[in-house]
Amino acid sequence: MNSTQPVTEVVQDPEAISAFREGWFKFCQVMKLFLRNKLATLGLVLIIAWTVVAVVAPLIAPYAPDATELDAKLQSPSAAHWFGTDQFGRDILSRVLHASQISIWTGLIAVAISFFIGVPLGGIAAYYGGWLGNLIMRIMDIFLAFPSLILAMAIAAAMGPGLISAMIAVGIVGIPEFARLMYSQTIYLKEREFVEASLSIGVRNRTILMRHIFPNALAPLLVRITLGMGFAILTAASLSFLGLGVKPPLAEWGAMISDGREYIITGEWWIVTFPGLAIATTILGFNLLGDGLRDVLDPRLRTSRK
Amino acid sequence: MLQFITRRMIYLIPSLLGIVLITFILSRVLPGDPALMIAGEQAPQSVVENIRTELGLNDPLYVQFGTYVKQLFQGDLGTAWHTGHTVIEDFAVRLPATIELGIVSLLIALLVAIPVGIIAATKKESILDHISRFFSLIGACMPVFWLGLLLILIFYSKLGIAPAPMGRIGNDILPPTNITGLYLVDSLLTADWVAFRQALSHIIMPAICLSAGTMAIIARMMRSSMLEVIGQDYIRTARAKGLSEGNVIYKHALANASIPTITMVGLQIGYLLGGAVITETLFSWPGVGSYVTESILATDYAPIQAFTLLSAVVYSVINLLVDVIYGLIDPRIRYD
Repeated sequence: MNSTQPVTEVVQDPEAISAFREGWFKFCQVMKLFLRNKLATLGLVLIIAWTVVAVVAPLIAPYAPDATELDAKLQSPSAAHWFGTDQFGRDILSRVLHASQISIWTGLIAVAISFFIGVPLGGIAAYYGGWLGNLIMRIMDIFLAFPSLILAMAIAAAMGPGLISAMIAVGIVGIPEFARLMYSQTIYLKEREFVEASLSIGVRNRTILMRHIFPNALAPLLVRITLGMGFAILTAASLSFLGLGVKPPLAEWGAMISDGREYIITGEWWIVTFPGLAIATTILGFNLLGDGLRDVLDPRLRTSRK
Repeated sequence: MLQFITRRMIYLIPSLLGIVLITFILSRVLPGDPALMIAGEQAPQSVVENIRTELGLNDPLYVQFGTYVKQLFQGDLGTAWHTGHTVIEDFAVRLPATIELGIVSLLIALLVAIPVGIIAATKKESILDHISRFFSLIGACMPVFWLGLLLILIFYSKLGIAPAPMGRIGNDILPPTNITGLYLVDSLLTADWVAFRQALSHIIMPAICLSAGTMAIIARMMRSSMLEVIGQDYIRTARAKGLSEGNVIYKHALANASIPTITMVGLQIGYLLGGAVITETLFSWPGVGSYVTESILATDYAPIQAFTLLSAVVYSVINLLVDVIYGLIDPRIRYD
């Protein structure tokens, strides 16, 4: 397939080793810059913490997430139930811990949908241009004309409520952002010398797009992925809150808050407070990390947080 | 200038067509048979088939699209099965409540965010700057529904200083005479002070809840664009000329820094429309947003589709207005 490509890398090649060293050095520099940014580090810590929680939730949760204890309904936080219990006597702490799995999976799957559809669309539109490129980008613009939560709602409602619908809906809503980002990156990169050089030695367009342009656009895409995770988790939780996400017995933060709504009036604060804190800290983590990554990786897009 | 506005309006047409096409696709192509929804899961096949024919669902897609567009031009957005009215009728009744909530929220957001952004930029690294940045960080990551519930919990359930989150006005109070449909405006026009106080006390919490995210983003935007402008040469020149600091900041810097902020306000309208669905549901606010949630719970699609379509149209038109305002503030933009 790649008969036109003359060089295959050999690991023992001294040049490759020095390139690796250089790469490692660069990575260390980036990490150093990154760790100097305290807020971004906090973001990273929050995300690592929630990821660990999601992985070990079944081991550390004191109760099963759907275990009801009818004589322990609506109990305020105590030694037995640190975060209290809900109207069915379920342990809120256990449910919050278990729900982290759903939220993180939802974020990952939704962002994966946006990424794997949006990035190729944006890259193709920019690289080949012409009527196809125009058409793709106009369609993306039209998607952006819809307020994001409302579009997600309409898609999820049309597909029928459920966790899968919510993931797909949130994923579709995120496509245009990725497409636009990849589009602008490709437009900029395709005029660079290394693309011209590859073209002149007869490398195929598809290979250029995938092996030369895409890797060079990774840094801003990584920032977008991080910020997109926060957006996806928040939007999916909002859909659950509106009754368009997970079905009742399953523990999900947005749905838990929705369940606890009525009890706010009578002052049972713990039912909504803890899942809400969980959502807020997760999103805070992704936002801080995203901003921090942007400052370190892509000085052109640097925020004004000076 | 007129030419600029016309050109921008012409651009709007294909995007409106696209919006209509997408809402159409959402209603017809995605899984979920509308006929089955209307007839109910247990309905015999013949009944479902009859409804399909009646709704024109057996026609080819392009015919269906034609019919859909024709209905839109006739102002027909379908019928809401769960209320028994046409969607347009329901919208007409509920829209003023949403508009009132939206305007008050936007006003709160701007009145807080712009001064805070300016002060944070001019007094960079001061305590006030840190506080405002902390709140804009929190505001951007707090889910609207959670913030709303916390407000209700603290100010109604615990402190008892806010009215119950039940609509626009107390149950025992007559709403003001209907002139604009906005209770605050109507009660002022008719000098109905009881209703005005009631309406004001009922709108504060939902409006704060809806405005929080916008406030956070605008304050951050205002701060960063002010910081950027303050570093420019013409600001140094203005200071060198001996202009007072107030003059420099409020006349020279603010005008230039407001451009990105205005764009951001336009973009925030979309956020407010989405947030309205959640906020209205929380506060039982009888607007279009809570109507949509009711429709979701009743699996009634026509209102959801209509709301999706209308919000995209409103959003596009507002962003067009933003572009025009842009052109008015900054003549350079007109000639691109």
